[in-house]
Amino acid sequence: MSVLKITEENFEEEVMKSDKTVIVDFYAEWCGPCKMMSPVIDGIAEELGDSVKVGKVNTDENMNLAQQFNIMSIPTVMIFKNGNLAKTFIGVTSKSEILNEVK
Amino acid sequence: MYDIIIIGAGPAGISAGLYAKRAGANVLILYYGESNLDKAEKIDNYYGFVNGIDGKTLYQNGIEQAKNLGIEVKNEEVLHIEKVEDFTVKTTKEEYNAKSVIISTGNKKLRPNIKGVIQFEGKGISYCAICDGFFYRNKNVVVIGDGEFAVNEANDLKNIVNNVKILTNGKDINLSTDFEIITTKIKQIHGEERVQAIEFEDGSTIDVDGVFIALGEAGGSDFAKKIGVMLDKDNIIVDENMQTNVEGLYSCGNVTGGMLQVCKAIYEGAKAGLAAAKYCK
Repeated sequence: MSVLKITEENFEEEVMKSDKTVIVDFYAEWCGPCKMMSPVIDGIAEELGDSVKVGKVNTDENMNLAQQFNIMSIPTVMIFKNGNLAKTFIGVTSKSEILNEVK
Repeated sequence: MYDIIIIGAGPAGISAGLYAKRAGANVLILYYGESNLDKAEKIDNYYGFVNGIDGKTLYQNGIEQAKNLGIEVKNEEVLHIEKVEDFTVKTTKEEYNAKSVIISTGNKKLRPNIKGVIQFEGKGISYCAICDGFFYRNKNVVVIGDGEFAVNEANDLKNIVNNVKILTNGKDINLSTDFEIITTKIKQIHGEERVQAIEFEDGSTIDVDGVFIALGEAGGSDFAKKIGVMLDKDNIIVDENMQTNVEGLYSCGNVTGGMLQVCKAIYEGAKAGLAAAKYCK
């Protein structure tokens, strides 16, 4: 499944109201470590296919979302289940760690 | 442009340099600060030394051996590494470019032993000013550290935040900087959801929104964290060819964890040197 662009406008619909588990990567274009996290997220989306939703939030363009979730360090990956924040990973995180939390 | 820049001149870094150079690569070795080996009084368990050898001699011999082979070796403190297509390594004096970088700095503790640090990681505690400074716009932050590394982090923050102070956590230092420096020992970092204040041993407190950690000299795991290398605690994670998750960035020796032994560092250095040389071709 492709990686969704998640914004302040579609967050409620795509994440909070999702039936599926949602993996959200908070990043910024200027952030070096985020560039290393990005292919990990793409790999997860590819591996898990339709069983989960995977999205990315550009924190520069969606500062209110970043503030709402108290993001103070990027990359931060959050996993939402049934509209609730279930797990937060701060910093570059391996694919297996994230998969362990989702499967 | 170098083929390979190696950071660290202990057994792992020198071994990587020797193998990479002999494989035809153009190599620069940068090193700074104390080496664990340099401090080892005597090494009795290393192959071929009938009466053992003192760490200082082994360490110095390694550096001389690399120089004799025509490897450039410079005593400069590295502040950070960046990767666009190639790598840029910034030291306190210069910037260098290379196709590949090998981190062999030895092990260093990233976290200070201060109550609250682990609890507030990602909630006001950060290890990377350039990555996270943005989230502290117009706020009051501190950098915990006592060297050029801490000043460099404070410089990265000063144009974004309202105020930056450097806290040395009990160390008396002589840094040439305009930043306010507090040398009182820190007791605890306080907060609820996120960092709010720092309490010192003398009972005084200051209100802060963010705490950036930059202890001592920047070590391998510090550079690694900033560029997006995966760590297991303070150790850099590498694959069977000593490559990290960042393409072209290798690591070897104590900074990758495991046995803190010269033999292990040399073996890993050889692998990293050869793999990096192959990567550059």
